[in-house]
Amino acid sequence: MSSEAAHKSDVGAGHAEAGEWEPKILVFCCNWCSYAGADLAGVSRLQMPPYFRVIRVMCSARVDPEFVMRAFQKGADGVLVAGCHPADCHYIGGNYRTRRRMALMKMLIQQFGFDPDRLRLEWISAGEGEKFQKTIIEFTNTVKELGPSPIKGGA
Amino acid sequence: MAEKIKIAQYWGAGCGGCDVALLDIDAKILDVHAIADVVFWPIGFDGKLHEIESMPDKSITVSFYNGAIRNSENEHIAKVLRQKSVIMIAFGSCACYGGTPGLANVTNRQEVFETVYKKTPSTDNPEGVFPQPHVKVKEGELELPEFYDTVKTLDEVVDVDYFMPGCPPTVNLIAMAVDAVVAHVTKGAPLPPKGTVIASDKTLCDECKRERVEKGRRIEKIYQAYEIKPDPKKCLLDQGIICLGPATRAGCGAMCPNAQMPCRGCMGPTKAVTDQGASMLSAVSSLLNITDSESKLSEEQIMELMMQVKDPLGTFYAFSLPKSPLKRTVTERRKKKG
Repeated sequence: MSSEAAHKSDVGAGHAEAGEWEPKILVFCCNWCSYAGADLAGVSRLQMPPYFRVIRVMCSARVDPEFVMRAFQKGADGVLVAGCHPADCHYIGGNYRTRRRMALMKMLIQQFGFDPDRLRLEWISAGEGEKFQKTIIEFTNTVKELGPSPIKGGA
Repeated sequence: MAEKIKIAQYWGAGCGGCDVALLDIDAKILDVHAIADVVFWPIGFDGKLHEIESMPDKSITVSFYNGAIRNSENEHIAKVLRQKSVIMIAFGSCACYGGTPGLANVTNRQEVFETVYKKTPSTDNPEGVFPQPHVKVKEGELELPEFYDTVKTLDEVVDVDYFMPGCPPTVNLIAMAVDAVVAHVTKGAPLPPKGTVIASDKTLCDECKRERVEKGRRIEKIYQAYEIKPDPKKCLLDQGIICLGPATRAGCGAMCPNAQMPCRGCMGPTKAVTDQGASMLSAVSSLLNITDSESKLSEEQIMELMMQVKDPLGTFYAFSLPKSPLKRTVTERRKKKG
């Protein structure tokens, strides 16, 4: 999951040796669906941009909004929360809470001045390795287009 | 008894309510008087800063600092009082968490000046004069404190020993602090550990007398406090009014919910969290009704449901914005197309 670049640069640095800016993307994957989906993408050797780090959580509803705020505080350029499809949650309704929170979080980070597209919620099942790949590619492009997080450099 | 101890009370960016609150302890103020002399209290009497500056270090036993750090004068006096005091207490929500003045962190100095010195209808300022830290007039140079871009909490500029949240801190909490100091000074009783928040460690709901639904709490619709007349006995959140109780520290005795007003969170986050706003956001989201047709709802419908919360930042961070992880708003440099 982690790239070499991930190890050599701190959060907040953001500049690669070649001089091109590399985004830092944090991905929360639920244990039962999305992490397995990410794993499938990995063992299937699907190619993805290496600018993301995955944190496994038991359920997407375990992603406390504070985690997202902390990620942005520490300089994440984008945060992706991935969980089970509606009606598929291992804990019956965790993902329903998640999507309510993330909808409100989008409004909140926008008020904080971030582009709401820096936060994304996606449903990825254990069988959807390709969807994981597609999501990562799309989200990386979105974040690259947005540029470095505004928290680096301030208002 | 021996020589009286010295105490000081100062206001930074605050409203003065905290200064008055110290007098709300009624007869207990005599206990304070019996052991202490007030050496500095701008709202109460004409003490001079240079007198404090010339005192030996640590000669003031307790300094109560209320209000946030809005300008260079607030910061300077906070630093002077810190140097001269044994105990530094952040008194009130503004000193602890930024409070209402801290909401100015959604904007910046330039915008604040534009509004205050230009745009308000009652302002007559054709030359567009803005306050400057230094200005030369024919009599010499005049100086004004520098107005900061970002409101800070007291513990961002000096080391703070104790925190007393509340807008203003309630009588019971002030009495608790006064008793602790009196016992320490007269009987040598130990003080609470440094960094203690002088309030309860639980959430406000724990103190609130209102009846709440214990199992399967669900709300259908969110109301603004003025839109409905709440049932006086039932939990306000259960009735759809956003009350910050679940995300707020107890200690105030749930005065606002008792008076039919929802909690706005002046006591700050509970012991377990640092981001009061995020924790309330989480609570509100979980309470909105989930039905059998939930899996068929589109993301747009969910967005619409959550849009019932007007102004999440102003609601969830009404008192704690400068203390939250992000502290202030930021500006995207590159706008995406469209």
